[in-house]
Amino acid sequence: MFESLKRLYHKFGSPKYFYDITGRMLPWLVALSVLLLIPGLIYGLGFAPPEKYQGNSYRVIYIHVPAASIAMSGYMLMAVAGVVVLVWRMKMAEMVAKSVAPIGASFAFICLVTGSIWGKPTWGTWWVWDARLTSMLILLFLYLGVMALNAAIENAQSAARATAVLSIVGAVNLPIIKYSVEWWNTLHQPASIRMTSSAIDPEMLYTLLSCIAGFYCLFAVLVILSTRCEILLREQRSSWVKKLVGV
Amino acid sequence: MNPKRKQRLIIVLGILVAVGLATGLMTFALRENINLFFTPSEIAEGKAPLQRRIRVGGLVVPGSVKRGEDLQVSFDLTDNAQQITVRYAGILPDLFREGQGIIAHGKLISGTLVEADEVLAKHDENYVPPEVQEAIEKAGHPKKES
Repeated sequence: MFESLKRLYHKFGSPKYFYDITGRMLPWLVALSVLLLIPGLIYGLGFAPPEKYQGNSYRVIYIHVPAASIAMSGYMLMAVAGVVVLVWRMKMAEMVAKSVAPIGASFAFICLVTGSIWGKPTWGTWWVWDARLTSMLILLFLYLGVMALNAAIENAQSAARATAVLSIVGAVNLPIIKYSVEWWNTLHQPASIRMTSSAIDPEMLYTLLSCIAGFYCLFAVLVILSTRCEILLREQRSSWVKKLVGV
Repeated sequence: MNPKRKQRLIIVLGILVAVGLATGLMTFALRENINLFFTPSEIAEGKAPLQRRIRVGGLVVPGSVKRGEDLQVSFDLTDNAQQITVRYAGILPDLFREGQGIIAHGKLISGTLVEADEVLAKHDENYVPPEVQEAIEKAGHPKKES
């Protein structure tokens, strides 16, 4: 078991293998994200029951929660890739980490904007400096910092190592975001989806889960597309890329 | 794992633990400041500074909402231990109702009175469609509040 996992890990370290296997995965992931996301969003935004107290304004949850979840998972992915970059010096991890940053930043931005739009009608304010909102804003800034550092260093390998350190250090923010609503008094409400019992009506919950799964597939598609582009760019002198593009 | 990689892994984990520890200590030291609001109990214990702008959070006590002239309103907030009265002039958020979690921002006049200039509604993590809530209440189950 461990040996085969290790072999798979090393296989994924090869740009050619990564390029081939993701090429085969892409159509499935696209189909899955369309199948989950489009019905989920249409039902959620149009047909799911309104909320007892918030009325229709709660519907932004179907975008806000998936975006928040992906922004955090994306950062985790970047930090794990950063560890692989620093410890195993794997080129593939450098490319994945670099590709995730702008995509994760976009989702963090979407999360903050939709949260603000939701906050105005329910809380009565666009923004408040509570622990959850502030730590999420810091996550966006960390993403932007990673992107800036990546762009500031010419050499791809040194850029990857420098950003890996920043992503790993920034990962400390992730548990703070997650538990901020439990550790401190905040305006933001605690988590609704829990492993044991969820505080959401089932009809809303399944719609939300479909949206979350769909957005995750979309995120995977975007990361894969961006990483494949990065592979072609960085491996342009290798024979398999030359053969692929027909030079 | 070859020794060089092992060494690098230990360094990376060491950095993570050190940064985590530093952040943990920092947030622990700042925990009072990170809290967005005081609870009525904390104000009763004298933790909140008098004559200063603070935020107080709690549930609106049913039956305590008194409306005066224009948009004058006063209501009590509770954390099920202590109570504090909030006076406010302005438009209340749509979610404002008895039993609702509320955060009032304003000057602490005395241990039991806040002169608020901003009232925010805190909604809880429960999402229910209208019919379900009515059915639950009709069945005699008490409404769950945060």
